[in-house]
Amino acid sequence: MSESAVTKGARKRLTWLGVLIIALVAIIGLGTATNAGASFAPKLALDLQGGTQIILAPVVQAGTKVTQEQLNQAVAIIRQRVDASGVSEAQINTQGNNNIVVSIPGNPDENTLKLIRSSAKLEFRPVLETSQSTSASVSTSTATPTPAATSGATLNSTPKATATAKATAAPSASATATPAVPGVDAATQKFYDSLDCSKPFRSAGQIDDPKLPLATCDTSGYSKFVLGPVEVEGTDIADANAGTVTTSTGASTNTWAVNLNFTPAGTQKFADVTGRLFPKTAPQNQFAITLDGYVITAPTLQAVITGGNAQITGNFDKNSSKSLADQLKYGALPISFEVQSQENISATLGSEQLAMGLLAGGIGLLLVIIYSFFQYRALALVTVGSLVVAGILTYLLIAVLSWRQGYHLSLSGVAGLIVAIGITADSFIVYFERVRDELRDGRSLGAAVESGWKRAIRTILVSDGVSLLAAVVLYALTVGNVRGFAFTLGLTTLIDLAVVILFTHPMLELLAKVPFFSSGAKWSGFDAKALGLVTYAGRGSFRVAETVPAGKAAKASKEANKRQTLAERKANENSASKSESSK
Amino acid sequence: MSKFSDLGNDLYTGARSFDFVGRRKIWYSIAAVMVALAILLPILRGGYNFGIEFKGGSEFRVAGVSSQSQQVAVDAVHSVVPNSDPLVTTVGTDSIRVQTAQLTDLKSEAVRVALAAAYKVKSSSVASSFIGANWGADVTGKAINGLIVFIVLAAVLMALYFRTLKMSLAAVLALVHDLVITAGVYGALGFEVTPAAVIGFLTILGYSLYDTVVVFDKIRENTFEVEFSEKVTFKQQVNLAINQTLVRSINTSIVAVLPVASILFIGATILGAGTLRDISLALFIGIIVGTYSTLFIAAPVYSHFRENEPKYRKAEQKVLANA
Repeated sequence: MSESAVTKGARKRLTWLGVLIIALVAIIGLGTATNAGASFAPKLALDLQGGTQIILAPVVQAGTKVTQEQLNQAVAIIRQRVDASGVSEAQINTQGNNNIVVSIPGNPDENTLKLIRSSAKLEFRPVLETSQSTSASVSTSTATPTPAATSGATLNSTPKATATAKATAAPSASATATPAVPGVDAATQKFYDSLDCSKPFRSAGQIDDPKLPLATCDTSGYSKFVLGPVEVEGTDIADANAGTVTTSTGASTNTWAVNLNFTPAGTQKFADVTGRLFPKTAPQNQFAITLDGYVITAPTLQAVITGGNAQITGNFDKNSSKSLADQLKYGALPISFEVQSQENISATLGSEQLAMGLLAGGIGLLLVIIYSFFQYRALALVTVGSLVVAGILTYLLIAVLSWRQGYHLSLSGVAGLIVAIGITADSFIVYFERVRDELRDGRSLGAAVESGWKRAIRTILVSDGVSLLAAVVLYALTVGNVRGFAFTLGLTTLIDLAVVILFTHPMLELLAKVPFFSSGAKWSGFDAKALGLVTYAGRGSFRVAETVPAGKAAKASKEANKRQTLAERKANENSASKSESSK
Repeated sequence: MSKFSDLGNDLYTGARSFDFVGRRKIWYSIAAVMVALAILLPILRGGYNFGIEFKGGSEFRVAGVSSQSQQVAVDAVHSVVPNSDPLVTTVGTDSIRVQTAQLTDLKSEAVRVALAAAYKVKSSSVASSFIGANWGADVTGKAINGLIVFIVLAAVLMALYFRTLKMSLAAVLALVHDLVITAGVYGALGFEVTPAAVIGFLTILGYSLYDTVVVFDKIRENTFEVEFSEKVTFKQQVNLAINQTLVRSINTSIVAVLPVASILFIGATILGAGTLRDISLALFIGIIVGTYSTLFIAAPVYSHFRENEPKYRKAEQKVLANA
């Protein structure tokens, strides 16, 4: 590699670092300017800033009691739902024998509350009868009905399934609609006939018998339905996520949908039931998806769906589709809850805790700088520079993640970041020690930096790989505080890698060109004398090293030039045998 | 510092060398004693002292207060239960929430009365109830599950990178040693186990493996094709690798421990018990033990595992014959 190529490469990497920092600042700046909720100040967690305490009381029918087991199960499900909405380190616990207390940083919006408290019992039932509710005309006159959104709902399968469906579409016309719908008992029919969707008709915490037909309304109050027994349940869903609907050409639309992926058993049930319903005539080729007893969508089947994937569209926006997907993914609560109280709470830790933590971090950083100055002399400037860059990146990334991921910094998070100083500094230490080893072998600084880097980056990559593995595994598999920890660990490890590759190494490459360093000046940290030829004896005086004869350095240098695996082994043998003989 | 840079040179060339591998019986004995103590002492002390985040506790709600000072509540609780560490939060605009470890009915009533007197409200406006753990069994269960998956995957990753399962085994053994000792110090000193302490504990888990991997990478480099050498043995090369990375190990542990020590010092002296002390204590012990175990446990154990493999045994005999 020629000299200028090295310099060019180094400059290029430093430029990328600059671009990265500017991009982060721009993202936050833009988010702040457009009032999208971004801020240069990271959000703080419950312990440092307080938040909102929501007490949930179970809604049960008279005579039934909530068991401790149900309560614990509900706590676990709510915790997963809250976690899915971001890394906020919310606290969730039971209170007394009945209530659940959810404490979350900041002020929750209606979607968050819904996400937390709604039972999310999802059922798929065939439609037996449907009509416009008598309330439809009422609602048109009163407020803002969105009938188009619900009636336009479709249940899509994967494109492949749709294609097969078109071929089998023809024979479906033979069925005849009869006035008396089979399977609907007189009581349900009567209830349905008099059902007015503009009035409340379900009791709180009502549990429907999955084996009986159900008369209910859709969530917009526009249509009413009689539905058959439950065919597929929420527990048959393996995974759910929110996304926009894509057209057959792959273009993204503005319609939000919840994508479902069924378990193998669910796939089978779903295929059976769609196969049975598809040939029927309207409305019995419709399928209703109910959430907590209300129809969220009742699409007409356009295919027999065998692939185990389905998509629910309806009047969703980005937030409501995500909240439904999260509810479905983590299961239905065993009981319904209502918000008993919602109040602001203060921080559990006094503000002096954060101030002291930051003070301690500052002192620690200062000590690190002093120590590295002793160890690495002028090179310590690179260490300090790297730590400053790491600090800037960390701060900016936390600000971005506060905004995008709901990350809230807790005091343990602050301590974790302070500890990361040490782990980040280790990358430089590994690197510098490698460069020194190369220098001891008699290489010039420029060559030592390059070959030392090649060896150091292997070690840095594999050791950071282990840390990153810990972060990813713990983030994916755990909940609550542990998940918050994993997030911080992953963040600092990635920053460590970015800094050592984009800042420390290029800086060292550039400095290797500066005569002060390349000549191995006394305070450069690459002092050739201190590294083996002449030993630095302290207080500015030098003495010639007795341990390493002059010839040894030349020999080592010669060897270093032709060194690769085998030669390297020989070099090690030399030194090792020397160590044996010196004992 | 002159001595230190001399040391770096001598360790690199092998002019000076500490016998980490050869004296392993001593290190193993020390480790065995430490681990035994770390298990026995907490048992003798009566087990771990878990905080209310794990066990749940009592909660008091003082309504209609005119001053929302949190210190008043701390003092009131201390007047009944001197050695407690209550969590006080203001709720809304005129309420105070106090959480303590689970109290007996009698104590709980006394705290209720004391809180009412301290905030000058009627005792009927202080409600008490029990709260469950917010670090519930579900959090612990998932955390343990995650840890097991992580350790298995990390062992696989190391085995793939180092091309030997024995390095993974040695590293995991050292990790277990670190975790048992760090946890043992908590139990032996009777410090309350809080979520912050557990987070500190998890950080150690990452650090311990990280540190071991750095040193193992040098061992991998030094022992490459050592079975063809007629001058040095596997054991000697492992020991040389530890010595050559010793300066880095010392520097790294000092740099990592300095900020932690400053948090621990400020946390323990100025702030007393709390998040900062809990997390930094676990880290302080863990970083020191983690660095120690890489040098004195992981590397000697690895050498122990491998040096008796036929190819290394044969090479060693040749080396001894040459000597």
